Amino acid sequence: MFQVRFHGRGGQGVVTAAEMLSMAAFDEGRFSQAFPSFGSERTGAPVVSFCRIDDRPIRSREPVIEPDALVIQDATLIHQVDLFAGLSREGYVLINTSKSFDELGLGDFLSTFHRERLLTCPATELALEHLGRPLPNAVLLGGFAALTAQVTLDSIAAAINERFKGATAERNVAAATAAYQLVKREEEELARASTN
Amino acid sequence: MLRQIEGSRGVAETVARCRPEVVCAYPISPQTHIIEAIGAMVKAGTLSPCEFINVESEFAAMSVSIGASAAGARAYTATASQGLLFMMEAVYNAAGLGLPIVMTLANRAIGAPINIWNDHSDAMAARDTGWIQLFAETNQEAADLHVQAFRLAEELSVPVMVCMDGFILTHAVEGIDVPEQDDVDAFLPTYEPRQVLDPAHPISIGAMVGPEAFTEVRYLSHLRQLDALELIPALASQFASAFGRESGGLLHTYETQDATTIIVALGSVLGTIKDVVDRRRDAGERMGVVGITTFRPFPFDEVRRALEGAERVIVVEKDFSIGYGGVLSTDVAMATHDSNLPLHTVVAGLGGRAITQHSLDAMLDDAARDHLEPVTFLDLDLGIVELERARMKAQRHSGPSAENVLSDLGVVASRIG
Repeated sequence: MFQVRFHGRGGQGVVTAAEMLSMAAFDEGRFSQAFPSFGSERTGAPVVSFCRIDDRPIRSREPVIEPDALVIQDATLIHQVDLFAGLSREGYVLINTSKSFDELGLGDFLSTFHRERLLTCPATELALEHLGRPLPNAVLLGGFAALTAQVTLDSIAAAINERFKGATAERNVAAATAAYQLVKREEEELARASTN
Repeated sequence: MLRQIEGSRGVAETVARCRPEVVCAYPISPQTHIIEAIGAMVKAGTLSPCEFINVESEFAAMSVSIGASAAGARAYTATASQGLLFMMEAVYNAAGLGLPIVMTLANRAIGAPINIWNDHSDAMAARDTGWIQLFAETNQEAADLHVQAFRLAEELSVPVMVCMDGFILTHAVEGIDVPEQDDVDAFLPTYEPRQVLDPAHPISIGAMVGPEAFTEVRYLSHLRQLDALELIPALASQFASAFGRESGGLLHTYETQDATTIIVALGSVLGTIKDVVDRRRDAGERMGVVGITTFRPFPFDEVRRALEGAERVIVVEKDFSIGYGGVLSTDVAMATHDSNLPLHTVVAGLGGRAITQHSLDAMLDDAARDHLEPVTFLDLDLGIVELERARMKAQRHSGPSAENVLSDLGVVASRIG
């Protein structure tokens, strides 16, 4: 089973992100489950959502306590919420930011994880460019596909198209694709750096 | 066709395929998505003929449902928590009058303190109303139970409440095969009311009944519920033949054949429990699960049979009768009273507290060492309780406990579970 936790703020589509990821996994013939953290919904308040992906039916209903991957939609949560709780040393982290981990004050903390599994993606900027609105959720799913290879970019695009219509869907797919390419490039640079 | 959709969506589409003629509901979390979706289908004309009636409260919602059902319409509503309490007088009336309304209860805690999250307090508050109460383990079962609920309600002329865990199921997106229209039509015949208000053939419904007959009328309601104990497994079996999957019935057993410890529970927590049981069986513990689907009428004989051979029963329940103990445990104890089977109550998941595998394991470790108390509260923070107890002892004007406890806890927004 692969377990993902999404962190963001009310209004950033945190719940929708987990749902679309589950739809992408479902489209690939896998079992998946997405659910929110059930807080009182308020714009700007910390929100958590969860997604599980497996090759057999998923029965457990507990929150994702030991995630294999974290998607952090809002970097201002970093020193406010216990974002990394339960994250495995083998885990993946994708943060919506244009800053480096050191600039975020995470350099030391993250040094115990696999460096190539910790990536950033300026999803808000990409969203502003493609959608004209700072909605990073679908964008980050493109980055997630590149980082974890749990789902393909095509499945993410299909899930976005299932969830949204018309121009909104098209623009989100374009932004997710751009994020996918950015993260892929970041991975390649890291791989080159480690072989040099 | 299997689709990846929200539980509420799955239930709304299934209810629509049951062709309700009147839907009257008042929105309340976590039921809202169900009612919004049905309202949209009525407005778009995809659910037709059906009248969606907007009202000002849950009391009106149930009252309109009673009127619609008495006039011969297939009536559906949905609510949760305080909404159920607000309609409670009419909830009793629907059952007392024998009107086959189907209602989804998106289970949620009851205040005060106000809490929108899941537990089973609302369902337990309606335990004695005369409604049949069915509990769904998954969203697939929640959808399927509605098809069976309309058939059951109308055959017996008894209202049926389908309980599904609020948020945990209603807001979870997972694979659901919404029953196909043709299959639902074949399974669920047109509603033939046992009693109907018809101006051409005037009758009255709802007579005042004095001591001369009240017991008999109540006893007749009881007999209809006992009839349901026969009909529910029959319908589940017909459903399995027609739809190709198991849903509903009185209870589900899991790995109980050789189990010395059996965990009993209601609703979606059964999935988490089964994962824990699988792991512990791999480690050599003989452990099984009984999931009770039909809570009212309570299937005493089936529960007794399912627990035969066990040396210890642990009832994990999301409700609590204050000053008393577990509600489901009491029923299970009644079913097993002549067997001296040790029975433990574990109150868990109140007000949406996550029931984790980790906590269940710790509790089962205690049980394995014979350290589990007769009644325990999973993950209870006794330190916080003691702080407030000390405050209450120290000063008369200690203030409201809920606010004091929150103040002791500090910021909780950073928590995951």
